Amino acid sequence: MAVPDNLNFYIDPNRCIGCEACVQACSECDTHKGHSMIHLDFMDRAETVQTVPVVCMHCDSPTCAEVCPADAIKRTADGVVQTALKPRCIACNNCVLACPFGVPKMKSDFKLMMKCDMCYDRTSEGKKPMCASVCPSQALFFGTAEEIERLRPRSRPINQFQFGRQTIQTKVYMMVPRHSQESLLSVTGILESEREESADMLLDNLYEEDQP
Amino acid sequence: MSEKPVALEEIINRFGPHLNYATGQRLETGTQPDRLVKTHCCFCGQQCGIQLKVRDQEVIGFEPWYDFPFNKGMLCPKGVKRYLQGSHPDRLVTALERDPGSPGGFRECSYESALDRVVKTISRLQAEHGNQAVGMLSGASMTTERTYLAGKFARLGLKTPYIDYNGRLCMVSAGCGNKMAFGIDRAANPWNDILNAEVVWISGANVAECAPITTHYVWQARERGARIIVVDPRVTPIARTCDLFLPIKPGGDVALFSGVLHLMIENDWIDQEFIENHTVGFEKVAEAVKSWTPSRTAQVTGLAEKAIRQAAEWWGEAGTSFLMHARGIEHHSHGVQNVLGAINIVLASGRIGRPGCGYGTITGQANGQGGREHGQKCDQLPGGRDLGNPEHRRHIAEIWGVSADELPQPGVDCYEMFRLIEKGTIRGLISFCFNPKVSLPDSEYVAKMLDKLDFYVAVDFFLSETAHHADVVLPSALQEEDEGTVTQIEGRVIKINKAVDPPGEARQDWKIMQEIARGLGREHGFQFNSPKEIWDELRVASKGGVADYFGITYEKIEKNYGVCWPCYSEEHPGTPRLFEPGSWNSVANGAGPFFFPDGKARFNVAEYTPPKEVPDQEYPYILTTGRVVSQFLSGTQTRRIGPLVDQHPEPWIEVHPRLAEKLGLKNGDLATAQTRRATITLPVKVVKTIRPDTLFIPYHWAGKRSVNRLTIAAQDPISKIPEYKACAANLFVAGKGES
Repeated sequence: MAVPDNLNFYIDPNRCIGCEACVQACSECDTHKGHSMIHLDFMDRAETVQTVPVVCMHCDSPTCAEVCPADAIKRTADGVVQTALKPRCIACNNCVLACPFGVPKMKSDFKLMMKCDMCYDRTSEGKKPMCASVCPSQALFFGTAEEIERLRPRSRPINQFQFGRQTIQTKVYMMVPRHSQESLLSVTGILESEREESADMLLDNLYEEDQP
Repeated sequence: MSEKPVALEEIINRFGPHLNYATGQRLETGTQPDRLVKTHCCFCGQQCGIQLKVRDQEVIGFEPWYDFPFNKGMLCPKGVKRYLQGSHPDRLVTALERDPGSPGGFRECSYESALDRVVKTISRLQAEHGNQAVGMLSGASMTTERTYLAGKFARLGLKTPYIDYNGRLCMVSAGCGNKMAFGIDRAANPWNDILNAEVVWISGANVAECAPITTHYVWQARERGARIIVVDPRVTPIARTCDLFLPIKPGGDVALFSGVLHLMIENDWIDQEFIENHTVGFEKVAEAVKSWTPSRTAQVTGLAEKAIRQAAEWWGEAGTSFLMHARGIEHHSHGVQNVLGAINIVLASGRIGRPGCGYGTITGQANGQGGREHGQKCDQLPGGRDLGNPEHRRHIAEIWGVSADELPQPGVDCYEMFRLIEKGTIRGLISFCFNPKVSLPDSEYVAKMLDKLDFYVAVDFFLSETAHHADVVLPSALQEEDEGTVTQIEGRVIKINKAVDPPGEARQDWKIMQEIARGLGREHGFQFNSPKEIWDELRVASKGGVADYFGITYEKIEKNYGVCWPCYSEEHPGTPRLFEPGSWNSVANGAGPFFFPDGKARFNVAEYTPPKEVPDQEYPYILTTGRVVSQFLSGTQTRRIGPLVDQHPEPWIEVHPRLAEKLGLKNGDLATAQTRRATITLPVKVVKTIRPDTLFIPYHWAGKRSVNRLTIAAQDPISKIPEYKACAANLFVAGKGES
């Protein structure tokens, strides 16, 4: 069994409402019950309610597997990077430190690296992953390229990321504004750039005498 | 009864809230369920479809129900983890009697002996003080069958005028406003109409946290080019990416709507033809908003004039639109006026009753809609009828097989019932599905009144904070342990299916009501053997009323994924969209689409009055309250579900950095908020996403962490909803400056 070719995973941070339904649903997945593989990041709560759900991006050349001294991390032919093989994993943490997206979690109770396997038990049967099933804002979406094209006219998917000198292509797509020029998202570039002072949607619309 | 029997810590030690996590077969990999039960979430008014996995009489998890059209498998974290309320260590499985000598202050007793004591005490109180000496509180999280029976049980079983329900804290301002303007109290449109709106206007609704699935509808409208306008004192997650954010001062909503209508008239952004043909009362309203110039509106609402003008222009020029609101505009001492203001800008636009043209309040509780239609309100009879109307009384009395004189007169709202306890009018109380000690404002008063009662019976599945004060506790059933219907956010009647049996001696509320009625020798009308039998009586009782359910059968619901009322006959398809041009309803009888004899909608002058308390030197800020996504209402269920508590372990005080700096507070510092009623000390969250003059505290917690000790018991004169959303408060570093 394999994840069907025509079904893709899309992340749209623009839609995320930080509700953590994905985090909670992930821990209901039959292969890792009680453990969530999703990270829900508040970007900067003092400034904004923006949140981003981080699932495994399923890299074409997974760094986690490349740095694994025990060859415990396998990528199946359908492009899904699987959780570490228990008999091989030596819990060295290399993958946790090396993953550019910060995805793998070391479960010290089991001495095992665990990560999102795109709900392999579900997706390999053509079902949606748990997180993308429940996501109330559909910031996490699982479906065909045609569906995403039709349903998201304001944005488009990309799957190339730049971290310093490393370019990464992933199975999972990130939605970016449709009219943006970038075909590649430079993550480290954004982190290193000066943050622009953006308009304050709250203070800018207050009655002037209510301005403290 | 007097004092609580033992220390709070002892009660909590025995009865919780304890945190439940998945263990045993719920945690084991590869556990196959015996069956999947298609039903709905037990929490909010959206009523998402869900399949519960059941094994060995235990709900062990869930599987998305992709085919249910409203949510297509989507759920919020509460829906995902709801199954952990079952098989819970805190679950009440026997009857309890107050006993200071027992662990936690209650002694287990046989159900029969508890019931016997309940019946004898009610009989004695009523013999000594009259039937009105016993009151009843009920709730809108119950199925419609149970809420129908609650109304009937109070009037014929207890023979008391005093019943009211927790929807008083929730839907009543919208309900009153809708009845005054449309003649009917229901969201006017199916949610699919949001998708085709050019402008979506959201006032006082934290959609992402309180109705999370609605987010997808709003986002999908945005994908199709809709402009989203959000009006809220806080930048909520739905506001973050909206096209126009209006950071309104709590309490200013009706002023904003009046200011917008002023600009609509000034710029001829109104639908003259619709107003002339389908409404009455426009001239008076137009006259009343003349004084709401942009500059006055800006001053009162705390909004920049340019933002008000922009909102009016977008709303005014739209071809299609959807306006929705929730408790943010309704929880005010002028909540009904706020709702009428919202409806006025919808009616003036003429954009209602057509595809992509909609209006609706977002119901809060599971059965916030169905639970407010069939008689558990203090002045109501089934079918949305009025207890004070002689014709309605005769009609229902006939169906119930009694004379109209036997029906008590209308009672009072639930907060007023506590004032009647203080006066000694009400001496005995029975509650179902209501936790007023956490959910009512100025709640220390409520706790005192509970202690003043001669006798209090709490019916609940967990020992809620209100039940701490009970003399007798009867164990009831969870949502998944009963069947019945609820009516969700769109007016769609859907079916709750039973997954497991109640444990131990716990039983369904409808059985408990009937057992008490029988014990009191008033068994006539309380001999139902199943929810379906209650449903079939309810269908007949509702027939001919505005809330006409007659044509809705269980079979029809299952076959159609729900049926929207009104539904006049078994052949009738139901009414997903109200007020369609040329549509028939039982009130207008063909005269027009609205539910008045002339078929026309009513403009109502919406008067602005400030909140009961406005900031002054002593209390210079506005305290407002609300919800978080992982907790639900008073938390009786969700404060017991471990993964949901972990998401938001405790409440906080949200403040803007400018205010924090002025007061010398840093993020995470402990601060004390104080109102004229009480103080609360919590960590502060310093964020740029709240008005600098406003403090926000979420309300789901109990005891010292309960913000409803601070809120004000001011109520709307029409709807009687409490003013949770605005009172005057002070704030200072904890341990300093308390006055």
